[in-house]
Amino acid sequence: MSLRVIKPGLLTSIQDLGRKGFQQHGVIVSGAMDGYSLRIANMLVGNEEGEAALEITLMGPTIKVEKNCLISITGGDLSPTIDSRIAPMWKPIYVKKGSILRFEGCKSGCRAYLSVAGGFTISEVMGSKSTYLRGGIGGYKGRALRADDLLECNESTRNLGEWEVKGSFAFPKWFVNNKEFFPDRKPSIRFIEGSQYEYFTNSSKDSFVEGSFKVSNQSDRMGYRISGPKLELQDNGNLLSEAVTNGSVQVPPDGNPIILLADSQTTGGYPKIAQVITADLPMIAQVKPGESIQFSRVTLKEAERLFLQKELQLKELQVSISLALKKWFVI
Amino acid sequence: MSEKLLNKTACKLSPLGDSAIVITFGNGMEYSIHKKIKLFLDSLEDEPFVGFIECVPAFTNLTVFYDPLVIYKNQKQSNGMEDISPYEVVRSILDMKLQGIQEGKKLTHRTVSIPVCYGGEYGPDLEYVARYNNLTTDEVIHIHSTGEYLAYMIGFAPGFPFLGGLSEEIATPRRSSPRMTIPTGAVGIAGMQTGVYPISTPGGWQLIGQTPTKLFLPNVNPPSLLQAGDIVKFHPVSNQEYEEMVLKEGLQ
Repeated sequence: MSLRVIKPGLLTSIQDLGRKGFQQHGVIVSGAMDGYSLRIANMLVGNEEGEAALEITLMGPTIKVEKNCLISITGGDLSPTIDSRIAPMWKPIYVKKGSILRFEGCKSGCRAYLSVAGGFTISEVMGSKSTYLRGGIGGYKGRALRADDLLECNESTRNLGEWEVKGSFAFPKWFVNNKEFFPDRKPSIRFIEGSQYEYFTNSSKDSFVEGSFKVSNQSDRMGYRISGPKLELQDNGNLLSEAVTNGSVQVPPDGNPIILLADSQTTGGYPKIAQVITADLPMIAQVKPGESIQFSRVTLKEAERLFLQKELQLKELQVSISLALKKWFVI
Repeated sequence: MSEKLLNKTACKLSPLGDSAIVITFGNGMEYSIHKKIKLFLDSLEDEPFVGFIECVPAFTNLTVFYDPLVIYKNQKQSNGMEDISPYEVVRSILDMKLQGIQEGKKLTHRTVSIPVCYGGEYGPDLEYVARYNNLTTDEVIHIHSTGEYLAYMIGFAPGFPFLGGLSEEIATPRRSSPRMTIPTGAVGIAGMQTGVYPISTPGGWQLIGQTPTKLFLPNVNPPSLLQAGDIVKFHPVSNQEYEEMVLKEGLQ
């Protein structure tokens, strides 16, 4: 079972939930920018939540499905089609051999996730299948996908049974209500105070929450450069390099913040005004360059509550998806 | 024999978001601070707590990453409470562990010697560094290769060491305009720091030489040749030796 890449799209790479345990050696975590969408994509095809999937950015690839398989597409709506018919998102889709999967353009969000039942045949590097683009390791040959790449898929441990398929694909009526995970509102990103919050002037602290910040074109998996009110330090204290992480908002001397994301370097030397809460990181992943974001401050306790609430929601979702899938899998 | 315990009050614990804690052991680049960080890192890795993911040492602090969901579940199981702050749980675990560290313990350091082909095409800024410091290029090479450097931390890029101990005699500011690409293995100077680039990246360091030794080893565990706490030395090799070493490294 395999998928052949006809056109690679803007940036399509293999990602799982990241490479943990090697940051003290300077090896970045990587992994899906929108971890919630990745996990749901995997649940929908009966995989382990953390299985590797394709992360597809803005302009998606064209892919030939070379064997009957069960797939799912979640995350941002990049207008997926199969043999020119609209392919539904947030549900399992049984796709017949020979079908062409395309992404016609970005309707909303920024990153979509494509998961296949059984997962892709990719070996782990340092315990993860994620592509570390700059380091040239992990994923498919350590790089983003290119035309003619052939992605082998593992045999699904579950028997897919006999599907009644008219045309190229079939899918159940039910779907995951993604609005529960991605509320339809202007992105307001919640943060707790960063390690050097007190280094900033009071007016900068105020304008950080009152202002609106535009995501620049120089934004990628490593971080989003954003511009809005300039942020200033009370004094240029001498900060030595220290650990930074996914969601750290650091401010270089030009006053324009950078939100470090999945491919964040492991350490940095700029003062950090904020740390985006874990529960809101997937929301940032779906903001595209040119769009604006706002920040709102919460306490650590609130950040923890929101994190645990999301995890509970995902657990419940996983249970109901497994039940629904039982009708489709022959056990 | 009384061994001095780490003074707990000297450490400051603060959150780095909802999944990590920073333990600050002091200010500035000092061996005594490095030692405390390294001792505590070793003790955490020897006896990790449930939910511990990893830790990242830096000049003045150690950042401990944890899985708040695992902490929550574990705590809920043990005391049945619902209102749990994973941060507070990890904080109290770390507080307790910090009291158990014995400062009197000696650190052992590994010494790693790195061959460097100085100057010429491999060190395009060597002459600038010499001129800037009113030295000859041979003097710069001599000073750089007789120094002993402590790797305080690895970061910025995989396997990249932050080295302390550069002689002031050859300290040189960064280039006014950074290079778009610095080759793998480039040895450079930036201010009071010296280091080696394990992967090709843009950068503003003054490049004085190049090493055939690989610092980032993705298929080896650990994937970095150097670790925080290593003593690094550099020894000069000729162009010919360098090229032979490159061939040998390439075959491995």
